[in-house]
Amino acid sequence: MKDKKVIWERKPLIKNKLLRIGLILLISTYLLSVFLTTEIDWQRILEGIPRGKNFIFAFFPPDFITRSDEILAGIFESLWMTIVATIVGIIISIPVSLGAAKNIAPKFVYFFSRGIITLSRSFQEVILAIFFVKLMGFGPFAGMVTLSFSTIGFFAKLLSEDIEEISKSQAEAIKSTGSSWFQWVNYGVQPQVMPRFIGLSLYRLDINFRESAVIGIVGGGGIGSTLNTAFDRYEFETAAAVLIVIISIVMIVEYTSSHLRKLIK
Amino acid sequence: MPIIKQKDYKTWKKFDRKRDLQNWLCWFLGTLIFSFCFGLISSKTIWFYVFDSHNEALDLLGRMFPPETNYFFTLIKPIWDTLNIATIGTTIGTLIAIPLAFLSANNTTPSKKFIRPLALFCIVSSRSINSVIWALLLVAVVGPGVLAGIIAIGLRSIGFCGKLLYEAIEEIDENQIEAIEATGANKAQIMTFGIVPQILPAFTSISIYRWDINIREATVVGLVGAGGIGIELDAQIGDLAWAKVSVILLTIVVAVVFSEWITAKIRKAII
Repeated sequence: MKDKKVIWERKPLIKNKLLRIGLILLISTYLLSVFLTTEIDWQRILEGIPRGKNFIFAFFPPDFITRSDEILAGIFESLWMTIVATIVGIIISIPVSLGAAKNIAPKFVYFFSRGIITLSRSFQEVILAIFFVKLMGFGPFAGMVTLSFSTIGFFAKLLSEDIEEISKSQAEAIKSTGSSWFQWVNYGVQPQVMPRFIGLSLYRLDINFRESAVIGIVGGGGIGSTLNTAFDRYEFETAAAVLIVIISIVMIVEYTSSHLRKLIK
Repeated sequence: MPIIKQKDYKTWKKFDRKRDLQNWLCWFLGTLIFSFCFGLISSKTIWFYVFDSHNEALDLLGRMFPPETNYFFTLIKPIWDTLNIATIGTTIGTLIAIPLAFLSANNTTPSKKFIRPLALFCIVSSRSINSVIWALLLVAVVGPGVLAGIIAIGLRSIGFCGKLLYEAIEEIDENQIEAIEATGANKAQIMTFGIVPQILPAFTSISIYRWDINIREATVVGLVGAGGIGIELDAQIGDLAWAKVSVILLTIVVAVVFSEWITAKIRKAII
């Protein structure tokens, strides 16, 4: 009896044994079916490895000089696009987010606004850009409209969640002074969501710049167009330079925006 | 909040004069920047096309309806591929993100001077290159197909998951680690019993969140040839078969709403 050791064991993650085994079985069948249905051409990959090596080596050394004016023009276009799109997107998303907050909007406005948000969130920027380029022609305007539209879904969703969580007593205090609806929103709701509002705007500015690099590939203007042109001309050194520029600008923007957000908090 | 005295009554204002002036200046500067930027954009825009866009849109909608519903059945395989790209890509991405996050978190990194900046650079460069650009590069290397999409999504997910995960690691409770340490545990044991249980909830919610995003991203990597429903979309737009395009778009909306629903369900079950 004395020899019997008491050993401590970690509790399993999922308590129910049946559920645990069931989940493992489910995941393995899924992985198996993925493996069976996915056609992977190993031959092509083996061929591709040396080709990929050449391809990657073609990127070195990055060439900033030959197309420097195009790169600069692309970056500035991206920046303008980002700024305008973020501002326009936010201005439109303010009424949408008020409409999508359960505690403010009547039922039918709520569903309508949620519909707009879902629509905007469902489609990736690139898909939207394809259609807006088709409708409005090539160039930064189509890119700007795309970014504004996708800003609405992101911004309005997160802001409306914040509006739903405001303190009711503050809002009621304003209402009891006999304020109009507009005054109520301005003095009762807006101050409570302002910190979140600024944080989200900076965050979205950051995202929009990053997205502006891809919508150019389908004709939306900006640095993406420069990148696409570089690829099309097989000027991989220039493409590498563009990628490096994008990475460093994103790093700068991200650093400043996180710094600013900390300052505001 | 000042109260301003007029001749015979008092008014309340939100800000005093100085703050008002500052606000006004900010708005003025903001408007100036906005108009400047917009002016530059509009100089590169052919406004004729923009003003004509509503006609174009109506025309397009007319061609899109009624959708060619039979076409949906050929979409089942691409949708399955898209789902796989998102799921397997997320799995790969999170698996690589875990060691990177440990290397770049301030409290677990082996060397602050050398390894941490390196790991952070990996995370940032993965984040700043969009999955479509990753796919563009990978299609050239591994050839068009689902594999390129999986790797592209995986590479893009590393940065996202890595960043959120290392922030979670930096916020853990040090007391618990000390308690484990006090039992005489070695480094690996501290990791498994002290750190991992603390970041597990964050880890699951991050990976589920990323999966939800990746479903969306997986719909577009096909546009550059990396598999999934994007290939069909590209082909049908190229064919100007708008009645089929509308079916694809509807399918994407349904898939995204479905994934959002699943995500919300799982999150509720776990947390």
